[in-house]
Amino acid sequence: MKKTLILLLPLLALAGCSSSSTWGWYVINPLTPSGWVNVKFLISGMGDTILISVIAAAISIGLGLIVALPGLAKSRGWRMVNRIYVEFIRSIPLLPMLFWVFYGLPIIFREMGMNVPIDPFWGAIITLALSDSAFTAEIYRAGIQSIAKGQTEAAQTIGLNYLQTMRYVILPQAIRRILPPLANQFIYIVKMSAFASVIGMQELTRRANELVVSEYRPLEIYTLLILEYLVLVLIISAGVRWLERRMGSDERG
Amino acid sequence: MPRTTQPQPADAAIELAGVNKWYGTFHVLKDINLSIRSGEKVVICGPSGSGKSTVVRCINRLEEHQKGSIRVDGIELTNDPQSVAAIRSDVGMVFQQFNLFPHLTVLENLTLGPIKARGISKSEAEAKAMHYLERVHIPDQAHKRPGQLSGGQQQRVAIARSLCMEPKVLLFDEPTSALDPEMISEVLDVMVELAEEGMTMVVVTHEMGFARKVADQMVFMDAGEIVEQGPPEEFFGSPRSPRCQKFLSQILQH
Repeated sequence: MKKTLILLLPLLALAGCSSSSTWGWYVINPLTPSGWVNVKFLISGMGDTILISVIAAAISIGLGLIVALPGLAKSRGWRMVNRIYVEFIRSIPLLPMLFWVFYGLPIIFREMGMNVPIDPFWGAIITLALSDSAFTAEIYRAGIQSIAKGQTEAAQTIGLNYLQTMRYVILPQAIRRILPPLANQFIYIVKMSAFASVIGMQELTRRANELVVSEYRPLEIYTLLILEYLVLVLIISAGVRWLERRMGSDERG
Repeated sequence: MPRTTQPQPADAAIELAGVNKWYGTFHVLKDINLSIRSGEKVVICGPSGSGKSTVVRCINRLEEHQKGSIRVDGIELTNDPQSVAAIRSDVGMVFQQFNLFPHLTVLENLTLGPIKARGISKSEAEAKAMHYLERVHIPDQAHKRPGQLSGGQQQRVAIARSLCMEPKVLLFDEPTSALDPEMISEVLDVMVELAEEGMTMVVVTHEMGFARKVADQMVFMDAGEIVEQGPPEEFFGSPRSPRCQKFLSQILQH
């Protein structure tokens, strides 16, 4: 990813130097007053992109565990519940799911006699969390299954019940294998949060769209947009690597 | 035909009657009848795949039997989670692979059950844990992780972990089979001491020296059934069935 950035920079510089009037990097040149206003406008979506992503990821991390546990049960019925949820949810493309949640779900609530308005903010969060939970559930399932069966048996013989076994024995060991892929899912959520622009959420992509409409400089503005996501993802990636190193040293200790 | 020279009192600590188990169509346990009195030491041996581990694992419901009855301390083992919990609180288990919790210290391994399952205070649990660590002769390792200990030390920690739950019965599933030869005796010594203190023990092992020393009752299993059963003098002195004779001659050669 860093390489892409390095390749891209000279290209942009070249484009900026060109005398041809096709280019208009001035719209996002922070050194000019009007360019700075535009850049500030574009970056102002960052807060909502991060907020939506963080809340959706938090919900997905909890929901994924709840979905994963029946998938590990002995009973075929419980495992079926897990399979149906995972297969169903992960087969739905994000955009249709977003439309369904934002435009469809309020109708269901209304039919049930409840007045639950769904604004773009929560519509985006619910959709991202739901969609991602199918993947986090599979990550949990794989992580928990990778812990030897003897650990569960030992916990049972010292009298721990199912939830205590999970809480004190299995999850603390599984978390080291689960956290890095979970963090990768977070990157997925950040990128997919761009869809929230479609239902009117004022996040990064929406800001860019709005600016393109007024400035009519799609190449320059969308390039900056891409760079904004790139920076976000690079920061998360660095966090993931830091986490992996820490986890690794924990295991040795 | 199994020989039983021991009297069979009504207050047997463990009573298996007509226990049968299948894995799919494979008949792993065939009509197992076994009565173990309180304080008795029973050694189960037999070739691999004979079902000896399965018997032990059925006693604390790590495996389910499909026919017959298992009673521990008068409680019948059923699908009712309460009966399973009641029996597990009376029965400790030591595994071939130790199964210590690698993310916890030795002390935390020992106190987890007493604190979370029994609800006793941390300080009380730690005092108890140190007491049992001393009994297995490794109080100085309390703050290490299992991974830093030798196999023999790990297995002794596992025994101490079971003892912390103060069980009435201890089950051992090939406790020395995963150990390097030089570490076997330190684990067996601890087991002999436990036996001398009157613990009811059911031990699956091939350590015949240990069996001669502590067993009140020997059980030989083959192909899912109890082939021969009796006190060690008779069992080692004059085994009756050809299968048992052959097995003993093979493992006693060395």
